[in-house]
Amino acid sequence: MAFQTGFFYLFAAVLLFAALRVVTARNPVHAVLYLMLAFSQAAALWLLLKAEFLGITLVLVYLGAVMVLFLFVVMMLDINTDAIRKGFWRHFPLAATLGAIVSAQLVAVLWAGFPELTVSAEAGGRAMHAPGHNNTYELGLLLYTKYLYPIQVAAVLLLVAMIAAIALTLRERKDSKAINPGLQVKVRAADRLSVVAMPATQKGSNAAPQADAQPQQGGQS
Amino acid sequence: MSTLGLGHFLAVGAILFAISVVGIFLNRKNLIVLLMAIELMLLAVNMNFIAFSYYLGDMQGQVFVFFILTVAAAESAIGLAILVLLFRNKRSINVDELNTLKG
Repeated sequence: MAFQTGFFYLFAAVLLFAALRVVTARNPVHAVLYLMLAFSQAAALWLLLKAEFLGITLVLVYLGAVMVLFLFVVMMLDINTDAIRKGFWRHFPLAATLGAIVSAQLVAVLWAGFPELTVSAEAGGRAMHAPGHNNTYELGLLLYTKYLYPIQVAAVLLLVAMIAAIALTLRERKDSKAINPGLQVKVRAADRLSVVAMPATQKGSNAAPQADAQPQQGGQS
Repeated sequence: MSTLGLGHFLAVGAILFAISVVGIFLNRKNLIVLLMAIELMLLAVNMNFIAFSYYLGDMQGQVFVFFILTVAAAESAIGLAILVLLFRNKRSINVDELNTLKG
């Protein structure tokens, strides 16, 4: 148990330090990198809590996808850091007081509320702490039976998010020669071809202005 | 203190949440760090869920963390897309300059 305790303090200390650096880093790229460190430490803590699937998912999805997306965006935008950092520490006393109050209240309630709730023998007898327990199997069993509809809603949510992100950032190229199929289908003969009435033969120069006003006269002459 | 209890993990989650609250106050101008602070908050909540799930021997907490991760990924994708669009139009991500909806 002391083994686990030591690792808990190590991971927790690095996690909190990295979180502190995320919110105070001058360079946004450094902030993203510290956020990656924080997520990796959180994944390690989850592994200590025997949530193996979610720990690995955090590493794969967050470190592998979301944080790389953050890095792309931060590096793509040309952010004027100095203008944004102006007056950074002005509200620090208020923020520190608020943060201390929030953390003190949360720790007081949570730590005092569940004082000696360690893994009890009764809980140990359940499937989660039994030897040969497979976290991924248990999670999948719950997700695909009891939570079948919620997981499908989550899948649709991801699809909607993907389409929304693409639709928001899609830009049409100015120099593209692509055709619009909708306009092509809707086209009619009148859009392409216009019939202009003209006299078969030209009369004298004084009759020419009347030709297009009264086309049948031009046909008789 | 020698053995790990639920309180240890809950305290880590609480301090993490407080750090991200402080971060939202400090980085009130920088939209991208605000998004990162929100990610940290969600991480703190997930930490609490997993700690309770372990100490109560109940897998439902981990199912909730799964859904929270899904929603957080969707949220950050759309948030970053809006951020890119904003930067393209205003050449800045300063929150103070986002006043076109002032009315």
